[in-house]
Amino acid sequence: MTFFDPTKLNELLAVLPEIVLVIWALAILAFDLLSARGVSRRALGILTALGLMGALVACVPAALTAASYAATDPTKLVVLGGLVRFDLYAFAFRGIFIVGAALTALVSIDFRAARAGGEYYALLLLATVGMGLMAASNDLMLLYLATETASISLYLLAGFMRDTKLSAEAGIKYFVFGAVTSTIMLFGLSYVFGLSGATQYQVVADRLALSDSKLLLTFSLLLVAVGFLFKTSTVPFQWWAPDVYQGAPTPVAGFISTASKAAGFAIMLRFLPYVFSPVPSHYVEGSGVWIAMMVPLAILTMLVGNLMAINQSNVKRMLAYSSIAQAGYMLIGVAGFAASFGQNTAETTNALAAVIFYLITYTLTNIGAFAVTGIVAQRVGGDDFKDFAGLSRRSPYLALAMVAVMLSLLGAPPLVGFAGKFLLFRSALSVAAQFNNPVFIWLVVLAVAMVLVSVFYYLRVVLAMYTQRAANDAQPLKVSAPVAWAVGLCAFGVIATLLAIYPLWELARAAALSLML
Amino acid sequence: MAFPILTLIMLSPFIGAGVILLIPRDRGEVIKVVAAAFSGVSLILSFFVFAGYNTATGGFQFVEQMPWIPALGVSYKVGVDGFSAPQLLLTGIVMFCAVLVSWGKDDRPREFFAFLLMLVGGVFGAFMSLDIFLFLIFYEMVLFPVYVLVASWGSGRKEYAAMKLTIYLFLGSLVAIVGLLALYFAGGKSFDFEVLLKNVGSLGFGFQQLWFLPVFIGFGVLASIWPLHNWSPDGYASAPTAVSMLHGGVLKATGAYAALRFGIQLMPQGAQYWLPLVVFLCLANVIYAGSVAFRQKDLKYIIGFASVAHLGLVLLGLCAMNAYGLNGAGYELFAGGVMTGLMFALVGMIYERAHERNTDKLDGLARVMPLAAVGFVIGSLAAMGMPGLPGFVAEIQIFMGLWQRSQSVYPYMANTLSWWYSAVAIIGVLTVIITAAWTLRTGMKVFFSEPQTPAWQKLPGLNALEKFSIVFMCLVLFIAGLMPNTVMAVVSVGVQAILKTLGVMA
Repeated sequence: MTFFDPTKLNELLAVLPEIVLVIWALAILAFDLLSARGVSRRALGILTALGLMGALVACVPAALTAASYAATDPTKLVVLGGLVRFDLYAFAFRGIFIVGAALTALVSIDFRAARAGGEYYALLLLATVGMGLMAASNDLMLLYLATETASISLYLLAGFMRDTKLSAEAGIKYFVFGAVTSTIMLFGLSYVFGLSGATQYQVVADRLALSDSKLLLTFSLLLVAVGFLFKTSTVPFQWWAPDVYQGAPTPVAGFISTASKAAGFAIMLRFLPYVFSPVPSHYVEGSGVWIAMMVPLAILTMLVGNLMAINQSNVKRMLAYSSIAQAGYMLIGVAGFAASFGQNTAETTNALAAVIFYLITYTLTNIGAFAVTGIVAQRVGGDDFKDFAGLSRRSPYLALAMVAVMLSLLGAPPLVGFAGKFLLFRSALSVAAQFNNPVFIWLVVLAVAMVLVSVFYYLRVVLAMYTQRAANDAQPLKVSAPVAWAVGLCAFGVIATLLAIYPLWELARAAALSLML
Repeated sequence: MAFPILTLIMLSPFIGAGVILLIPRDRGEVIKVVAAAFSGVSLILSFFVFAGYNTATGGFQFVEQMPWIPALGVSYKVGVDGFSAPQLLLTGIVMFCAVLVSWGKDDRPREFFAFLLMLVGGVFGAFMSLDIFLFLIFYEMVLFPVYVLVASWGSGRKEYAAMKLTIYLFLGSLVAIVGLLALYFAGGKSFDFEVLLKNVGSLGFGFQQLWFLPVFIGFGVLASIWPLHNWSPDGYASAPTAVSMLHGGVLKATGAYAALRFGIQLMPQGAQYWLPLVVFLCLANVIYAGSVAFRQKDLKYIIGFASVAHLGLVLLGLCAMNAYGLNGAGYELFAGGVMTGLMFALVGMIYERAHERNTDKLDGLARVMPLAAVGFVIGSLAAMGMPGLPGFVAEIQIFMGLWQRSQSVYPYMANTLSWWYSAVAIIGVLTVIITAAWTLRTGMKVFFSEPQTPAWQKLPGLNALEKFSIVFMCLVLFIAGLMPNTVMAVVSVGVQAILKTLGVMA
């Protein structure tokens, strides 16, 4: 085996966005260090966003190649010695991460924490690299390495404001909980490796299917799942979220709550059906466990997130619980995906596509929400509900953008969040109809009840902005141009995406289909 | 491709809202002119749709269709039939007047008018949607602008009222959505209303029995069906005038309209089963609104309950499930909408000047605003069912419908007792008349009593725009009352088609 095989060079397309991003991260660092008087934050932020856009552009030819492979010869999809699967699924998630990171980079410009300079943006890019590889990983080792790349960058970012206690606490808390759960996941992965003697998903699955040690398999599955549940902030591994979001620099909190959560879903939705396959021809003992656990997890996560969000006085904590609640809604889709996997491809595709679509809409929306909160915190001096008072007078457009993202999180039409919820609930009801499974009807009923509960806390922000007065509410609130652009883009996306729902839905469906090839 | 008149009617307010948001906030006059211009466009176009609806051919007209999410069977499809065409005109009229009477808004006028126009765009869209998905988007889109409008530009316990209103209506719509999704799966996986209508036969009686109530009551919440009407008086008392007018006059009508379209039309057997029981809820609306109106001292609450009673009448008409009842309901939606809009406008004018709504404290206002007094009398008489005004045409048909219904037993009825429809008719007609008389009496006290409070006599009179909108709405009431056929001819065409789908010819 030669080290360098030129005929396999095109396989690098599968990680082209990551290559671009790593180079760009190094360039940003070098640029920051080498320029004599230091670079302005504004330049760094815009450069980072441009690099991310470059990576997004790089995704296009790569994704097209992946689509052509998928159409002609699906065996060619597993590339780079089996480390990576070259499919649209990974690229759809990369799109989420990259857009999320670009918006975060722009929003960070106004934010004090980013004053530290190049390393902040480099870490942001590296986290994005890690997430991209998480979505594409087809191998136990890469799964872990990619997860750690993303996580360690995020631990550092969460604790970036070293001089504030809350941020330091957030960094440490995130690190401790993250490290513990990822160790547990690694422990589980070692069992999987021990039982199969392989690391590539397909090989692992083939060998696990031959194994009959149900107890060990179930045990290792549960251990690995801990890592996924932590990343997606699913109950019972959600407790870190409020503290971390509250303390972390607000743009970073937005990034953790969206891209990092999406990455968690990306690895979970690939690993579980691939490795613990429930398909009869390939049946792995213990795969029933992950299928069965999704419904209770969805119920718990929805309940905890929504009920805890009501009583918060801090908007970031409210958003943290709201993001837990949102994960709960998505788990309905995951449950539908799990229940139909291997039995009905149409239902599986629809459910998975609904989750991916939801993640796209949620990322756009939630980053916008955190961005506005960050601006308010920066200019007013706090991010409690009372600090939003008078915002509709001080900055009408910012207030309108916040109304749009809050209502989208709530799921009110014509905003994009409505489409997300609608597709998710529709897929669940479809599973219920197809498999004559009333559980999914009750899941949707519960979700609908929880949406109603969420009206209280999302509208509280609107209430503060529009009805309460602040002492200085005649004084306009200044927002710098790049940040205004980022918030504007989020708001525009939230409002206008419904018109373009069809191509986006088809993209999500294509991504979902590519996972099952 | 034909001229997309319906799309323009619906888009005009949204475009107006967008334009308004771009105007600098200190240019209040420009903002109001733009708002009036865009609502004027919708009003004129909706008049053309109403006048241009061909009653000879019937069915859905001005239909526009475009694929939207083919994978889900969702398309952008709008059109009007005889039942919805007058409601578009109603929306145009009330909206235009609402903008005119809000000319005095000086607190953040930009946001106020932008939200107001979004609300109206949603109402227009809801009345013209022939696709359930599209309908839901418009229907729910309206809720949250209302929240912001009431909570920030309202008066009294506005935050409480705004939240109450939003929660009630959102809950109702969520329940209805679940029901509509069930219809979607059972009716051939299409959101197209006409396709669903064709497949009605394939829905079993059991299905309809199960899902009729969620859909009917879910939408009925917006039509303030008893006992889920509670948000309505609170909400209207707190809302700014323009919102009360639009919400009480037309937005509520979308609730009744949806209950008819998606409840009764798509599940006729379910309707036959449940409506003989639901009719008591609707009667309770009328009685309850009446008995509360007797105790009320707050002028805005009185009109709020009048609107609950108005929708109670509409729902009673729907429950009759025959030609008289549905004709009356369609006519009442139109006429009662204009009447409610007029009354809320008048109360708003009083409140904005006097900052007082307690009827005990108000007196002799006819001397400072004579035209308002005339408008109030006309509005109350219309509600009372005075011949020559549209209330008469609506009420007589609704109660005739109920009476006729008491003579017939429908195959899927929950029980065989249809005689109680006649009891409902008798109680209903008495209550409505007494209530409206009481409202009239209250108005008399406010306007025509001996002036005792000197402060009221120094209030500024009505401005030209307010006078214009009062005259305009009164004129509509007179035209509709004296020549009921202008509206009835169109409504009855729609009703004939609806009755056909119900399998009931009467």
